[in-house]
Amino acid sequence: MKRHRNIAALLSVALQGLGQLYNRQWLKGIIFLCVHAFGLYYLVPRLGNAIWGLVTLGETTQKFVRVGKGTQLIKGDHSIFLMLEGIITILVLLVFLLIYALNVYDAYQNGKKRDEGKGVPKFADSWNHATVKHFPYFMLFIPVIGVLFFTIMPILFSIMLAFTNYSAPNNIPPANLVDWVGFQSFIDLLQMKSWSKTFYGLLFWTIIWAVLATVTCYFGGILVALLVESKGIRFKKLWRTIFIIPYAIPQLISLLVMRNLFNAKFGPINQYFAYFGLDGLPWLTDPFWAKVTLIVVNMWIGIPVSMLLAMGVLTAIPRDLYEAAEVDGATSFQKFKIITMPYLLFATAPILITQFAGNINNFNVIYLMTGGGPPKGEYQFAGSTDLLVTWLFNLTLVNNKYNMSAAIGILIFIIIASISIFSFRRTKSFKEEDMLS
Amino acid sequence: MRKRNSVIRLSFSYLTLIILAVCALYPSIWVVVSSFRPGGSLYSKNFWPETWTLDHYEKLFTGTQYTFGVWYANTFKIAIFTMIFSVLLMTLSMYALSRFRFRGRQTMLTIMLILGMFPSFMSMIAIYIILLQLNLLDTHFAMILVYSAGAALGGFIVKGYFDTIPRSLDESARIDGATHLQVFLKIMLPLSKPILTFVALTSFTGVWGDFIFARLVLRSKDNYTVAVGMYELIASQTNSNFTLFAAGCVIIAIPITILFLFLQRFLVQGLTAGAMKG
Repeated sequence: MKRHRNIAALLSVALQGLGQLYNRQWLKGIIFLCVHAFGLYYLVPRLGNAIWGLVTLGETTQKFVRVGKGTQLIKGDHSIFLMLEGIITILVLLVFLLIYALNVYDAYQNGKKRDEGKGVPKFADSWNHATVKHFPYFMLFIPVIGVLFFTIMPILFSIMLAFTNYSAPNNIPPANLVDWVGFQSFIDLLQMKSWSKTFYGLLFWTIIWAVLATVTCYFGGILVALLVESKGIRFKKLWRTIFIIPYAIPQLISLLVMRNLFNAKFGPINQYFAYFGLDGLPWLTDPFWAKVTLIVVNMWIGIPVSMLLAMGVLTAIPRDLYEAAEVDGATSFQKFKIITMPYLLFATAPILITQFAGNINNFNVIYLMTGGGPPKGEYQFAGSTDLLVTWLFNLTLVNNKYNMSAAIGILIFIIIASISIFSFRRTKSFKEEDMLS
Repeated sequence: MRKRNSVIRLSFSYLTLIILAVCALYPSIWVVVSSFRPGGSLYSKNFWPETWTLDHYEKLFTGTQYTFGVWYANTFKIAIFTMIFSVLLMTLSMYALSRFRFRGRQTMLTIMLILGMFPSFMSMIAIYIILLQLNLLDTHFAMILVYSAGAALGGFIVKGYFDTIPRSLDESARIDGATHLQVFLKIMLPLSKPILTFVALTSFTGVWGDFIFARLVLRSKDNYTVAVGMYELIASQTNSNFTLFAAGCVIIAIPITILFLFLQRFLVQGLTAGAMKG
């Protein structure tokens, strides 16, 4: 007997909720019907237009038409709006299809119950069943929708931008149309001289910056932690509190303050230099010194976190290891070398990777301290301390070279993803399924 | 001999600690002192001002050009709502991902990981256009919406912490007849206080510090958050507004710094647990 399950499933394929109604699950059926009606109401007028928009990105530009004495603006297609609407419609369609599939599956399952002579569950029962057995889906529904529309969709949109010619001055809607150009932005970025020079230059500095910033903060933090926790130091808690303060102050504030502190003309640092009869240094205006300043300021901001982490690890080292070493007659330096250091490094190694990736995208320090400057003539829209992210930001908001900034974003993603994959494979945490379990 | 060595070592350690402490505290002390200095300029001859004044604080709240009080209230409102929604979304979703084994779970975790690798600015233009279409530009609702919507992505720390809470606890509660929601509210939440404090604190302070997105969305001066306001204040004329800026910094930083120091214990636990577990 497969009669009911097939009829119910077929009915549900024809129209959402029909199978449920056939199974005499009235409330559920009506809910599905409403979803169906709403879905059709939303999708039918939009879907064709969305696909046309995504494929062509618009066909007519706006133009002025003479009407009597004056001219009138006839609106053309806005490529970017078309593209975004296209993506949103497609995403809504996917969600709709998912619910559709669920509806057919549900009709089939309940039809099966009827075939087997069991009654179909009442609405309250199915509600209970759903909230107990499918509890995680209920919990995740809202966050997933949020992430889908405010993270995934924007990223998809940006990825698509990289394959268009959406950039100032010639392709900015509504005055002009935007077209698909394939990999042209990437080719320009990597091969056209004016762009590639900037790209490789900034890539080089980004890597140097990420390595230096990570290493200085990491080891700086460990050293400070060891110093505070070392034998015979009193008021440990007080020291710790003092060293946390840079971390507690909002970064925006401390960076803006630092920028003034290092101000070459009026800032107090150069004033102290002058006090000792020294010439001040161009902290933020000379390419080399600006980089040094950035690293130092980043240490000031980053060391507290590493210090806290190292302290957490230090207190977790089993005491009996030290006792055993003492019994064997180890000196304190030997204990440090054989127990403390390996333990610390092993436990905190995964953080190195996340901090490295974070520093590649460390926007705040660069943007708020130097704003990318001092300017460098041979660079395209960038200064000598710009990282790839700050360049991306400027290209988007200042220069409106949207396709280029999207392409840079994709390249940054590729860099970070390959570093992460490489290191996850090597760290133990991946095998112990810490990360993805 | 040995004792003398250790005295030398200790005094050397203390000396280093004192130097480091001066470095750590100097910028903050300098700003606090500057905020009480008469006149507006960044440059001053002495570290300690000859006379002290409260003018700048007064000007911040009564001045017509910079409506600091309004910005402060705006930021506070956005930060509170963002904190509530973020923590709610984050804990609910991470509870599901930590405790249940369901179809699509692995995919979801992988997607979370991958999304975290894109530079966050990449999504800015699209979000801007969406907000424009929805007529939400220059509203605080938009800020809260966007801040909270992405919150679940930063939840690995919370999941890591949930993973360390023994499963036998919730299983026995389930056997006693508690629903999943009860287990979550009565067992998981109370046990994960450190990480909740940590996450709540970071999402709260995140709003105070973010000015990129805020500047993109908020257009009219009355809707500014302190971050945007302070940036405008200092970016336009560094040398003439500095003391006013310093006073603003002090007012913003003091509550947050006190909160941080007060919750230090939770902070260390949260940070360590999150980082060690990835």
